[in-house]
Amino acid sequence: MSLDEFVKAFAAEFDETPEEIFKADTCYKDLDEWGSLVALSIISMVDDEMNKRLTGAELRKCNTIEELFNLIEAK
Amino acid sequence: MSSISAKNIAIRGMAGCVPARVEENKDYPGITPEEVEKYIAATGVVRRHCAIHDGSICTSDLCQKAAVKLMDDLGWDKSEIDLLVFVSHTTDYKLPATAIVLQDKMGLPTSCLAFDITLGCSGFLVGLGVMGNLMASGAFRKGLLMVGNTQSEYASPEDRSMALLLGDAGTVTAIEYDPASKDEVNITYMTDGSGREFVILPDGGSRNPVNAQSFVMEDCGGGIRRTRLHEKMIGDEVFSYGAYFIPRLYEEMRAKFNINPEEVDYLLLHQANKFLCEKLRKKLKFPPEKVPYNIQEYGNTSGATIPLLMVTELQKELHDRELNMLAATIGVGFSLGVGQIKTHGGIVVPDLMYL
Repeated sequence: MSLDEFVKAFAAEFDETPEEIFKADTCYKDLDEWGSLVALSIISMVDDEMNKRLTGAELRKCNTIEELFNLIEAK
Repeated sequence: MSSISAKNIAIRGMAGCVPARVEENKDYPGITPEEVEKYIAATGVVRRHCAIHDGSICTSDLCQKAAVKLMDDLGWDKSEIDLLVFVSHTTDYKLPATAIVLQDKMGLPTSCLAFDITLGCSGFLVGLGVMGNLMASGAFRKGLLMVGNTQSEYASPEDRSMALLLGDAGTVTAIEYDPASKDEVNITYMTDGSGREFVILPDGGSRNPVNAQSFVMEDCGGGIRRTRLHEKMIGDEVFSYGAYFIPRLYEEMRAKFNINPEEVDYLLLHQANKFLCEKLRKKLKFPPEKVPYNIQEYGNTSGATIPLLMVTELQKELHDRELNMLAATIGVGFSLGVGQIKTHGGIVVPDLMYL
């Protein structure tokens, strides 16, 4: 999965935030819609699309979508 | 992967008992209707049966009531019981074991073997595996497997992630040694104690003895406050672990026991929360009609959820026909189990009881 595809897949887990808001350098935890349920959806998406296990701690540790992508890719 | 296969045993009956007292999630202090709606949509929990935790109703009382009625319906005399296993994290005392207390309170023979297994959500599958193997040799003839929890006691009233989720229940499964039985119990297990920090009641054991600090309400972020005598759960870590490893354990179990999912009547998922259950249902590729739920009425009752699901949702079918069931659970620890339970009808299942 490319970074662009990851940003799209990441955005798709949000219901209310418009897709165009999401960029590689978006600090996802600052988004109004960010919360525990979206976090679970992201963990789920990473499992489904990338066959990797993302932990809650990793999701809390990263700031931007790109940072998260790099962390997952390195796993 | 470790696994257990138990033969020569027959499940004769199952029963459950919950506190009559109901807590409606919509009545939780300070919650808005929108928040409740969101919470219910995510977790599935509308209401829960919860005891008042003053010692008047313990897990053992729920299990005892269910067991007395079940033995009566089965025509089992208490003098015949030679094995009692009580699986719970909410025991009557730190010591002695609750199973031993129950031997006396229920008037079971002193010749029986009784012991506790301290496990949470994986309790039924571990208890069934342990008991099935103990009984498979014929060393024991009639056994009671009690699985329950009254862990709503451990939820901080100021921790929505726990207080709105946990319910109380006690269950009993009556198992008999029977070399002619065609029942099958095949279970695979996984254990990973590195997950212990994610679901834990930190103080009150020998590692962290109760001290003045144990009672202090701490701000844990996200509007959550709890003491070190409340149960802490980091939900996203449990989800991350369960959603990833249960499907993998399931595949290993399928291969090991040659299970054809098309021949499976029901997949019984530990009623952890609807979000995780639905994720697992889809990942394991089961249609909704094969995956019953009762989390809306009882919440997460820890190890009791799978037998409770069988009592409330499969009562008639367990009696009327052969069933090929799969069950999957992730529990505190982490302790995981995925297994197959094949029964052959005639199982006595009294209506759910209330105390």
